[in-house]
Order: sequence, then structure tokens, then C-alpha cells
Amino acid sequence: MGVGDFFTTTLDAALGWARKYSIFQYPFVTACCGMEYMATACSHYDVDRFGAGLPRFSPRQADVLFVVGTISHKMAPVLRRVYDQMTEPKWVVAFGVCTCTGGFYDNYATVQGIDTILPVDVYIPGCPPRPESVLDGLMKLQDKIAAGRQRY
Amino acid sequence: MTPADLLARLAELAGSALRDGQVRLGHATALAERTALADLLRVCRDDAALRFDMLMDLTAVDYLTYPGREQAPRFEVVYHLYSVSHNHRLRVKVEVDEDDPVVPSAVPLWPIANWFEREVWDMFGIRFAGHPDLRRLLLYEEFVGHPLRKDYPVNRRQPLVGPRN
Repeated sequence: MGVGDFFTTTLDAALGWARKYSIFQYPFVTACCGMEYMATACSHYDVDRFGAGLPRFSPRQADVLFVVGTISHKMAPVLRRVYDQMTEPKWVVAFGVCTCTGGFYDNYATVQGIDTILPVDVYIPGCPPRPESVLDGLMKLQDKIAAGRQRY
Repeated sequence: MTPADLLARLAELAGSALRDGQVRLGHATALAERTALADLLRVCRDDAALRFDMLMDLTAVDYLTYPGREQAPRFEVVYHLYSVSHNHRLRVKVEVDEDDPVVPSAVPLWPIANWFEREVWDMFGIRFAGHPDLRRLLLYEEFVGHPLRKDYPVNRRQPLVGPRN
């Protein structure tokens, strides 16, 4: 019984290591935070050195959904559908205050935080967040991915 | 044509459809009767001296909390007209009551009015008779209320809707 646990935990650790260094993100960009996302992904604040350099613009091919920018009530069903189309394992990053809490758009048309429609793993606050904040959030996401366990 | 000439020409063509005309800060504003609005706008577009071939904007104002206008109708629909050939502008306003918020549609005259009128319906709840497809433009169909009215509560939350099949 102890020996079996050794193999499964080692396998979990190996899978976690592999997944965290090969993030295929879906940048669901709607607004200004997209500029900071692009700045983070490009050469100066490189995201490729974390293994997350290939954005996939299809939910079928992605494992992390970066929700970047304000989500209005009209966009919310689209976001939910994109999330539903992703296959397990999947994670969601709320990038910018508009996705965390609605930001300064406290009005009738904006979703007050995407965690009202999706389960969120990492929140990156900022309007827009500096690339260093984004990389910090990405590293926290990597810790979360590495700590994930399979259900056997 | 100068703003005063514009209003004079409009008065001679439209007659009783024009209730009031003012020139303020170099711009002409005409207040129209709602029942004769379609004819007045057609005259604005078709007359050779006026030739307002461009509808620049169509919007509405809610005077619910405006001091001094408690007895007047609640809404005003405002048309901003521009003539490309003569380079003159006109603002046409029409007062709309709260209990009968219907205005003839300007779509037969200027097709751009289609989306302007949908936005006014969406935000103020003013209907346009004769509009081919009057539905919400900026908000989603399940939205309850008309947000730019002064009595829409600023912190009301709307129901979230899921994906449609």
C-alpha cells in the first residue's frame, strides 16, 4: 500500500511538471488588457521562457483560458460556451480587474467578475496589470498546476 | 443659408408642423409637432434649398429630473441634420410623452436611422412606428428595463444568461 502511493505521487509530480511547463493558453482578449497581454507575451517580458509561448486560438487545443478584458453581459454566454468547449484539464486566469470584479465598470452592462459564470483559478488584478504582475500570476498558476492530482 | 433663413424656409414649407424655431450660438433648432414629424423631416430632406441629405445623429433626452420642466413631456427625440451640398446644419426636436412614447420612424428617409432608433429604443424605451426591425442594439434581449432613463436604479443587477443553442 505504501509502495503504490510512491508510484502514483511520482506520476502526479511528473505530470504536474510536464503540464506546468507546456501551457497552451487561449487569450480571450476583449479590451485594453490585451495590450498588456501582448506586452507580456512578446520579447521583452517573454512568456515563452515559461513554456507558455504558444497561444492557441481554439478552445479544443488550449488548456488555460486567459480572460483578458471587460466581459459584458452580451459576451458572457460566448465566454461560457468557449469554456465549456475546452477539454479537461483546464484552468482559468482572470486577467485585469474587469474580469476579477467588474473593475471600475460598476454598471448595468458589465459582468461583475467572471467568477459569477466560470470557476477561476488565478486572479491577476491591475488596470491593466504590469507584465511583472502577469508573470507572477502565471507562476502562481504553474504552482497550482504542479500541485494537481490525478483521480485514479 | 444662415440659421435664421433655414428656419424661415422651414416655416414657410412646413407651416403648422413647426411649432417653434430658435437660433442659439449660431445654430438653428426647430421644435416639431409629433403628428407632422414625418412630413417635416421629408421636407427637410427633399427641398432644394434645404437638402438635408445626411442624418448625423438621432438621440433622445429624458427630462424627468430637469428643474423647470415638470409640466412638459418627459422625453425629447433629437435629430441632427446636415446638408453636404449646402453645408448647413439643423437640429430638429420633438417632444414625446411618457404614456405614449411613439415617434414615426426616420428609416424611410435616411437608412442610417435604423441603428440610431434601435439604440434609442434600447436605452430609453421610445418606440418608432414603421421601423423594420426594432430590437435592442447594445444590450441583450433578456435585459429588463431601459437604462438611460433617469429612474433606472444605478446599482440594479441584471440576470446572467447562458449560451443559446
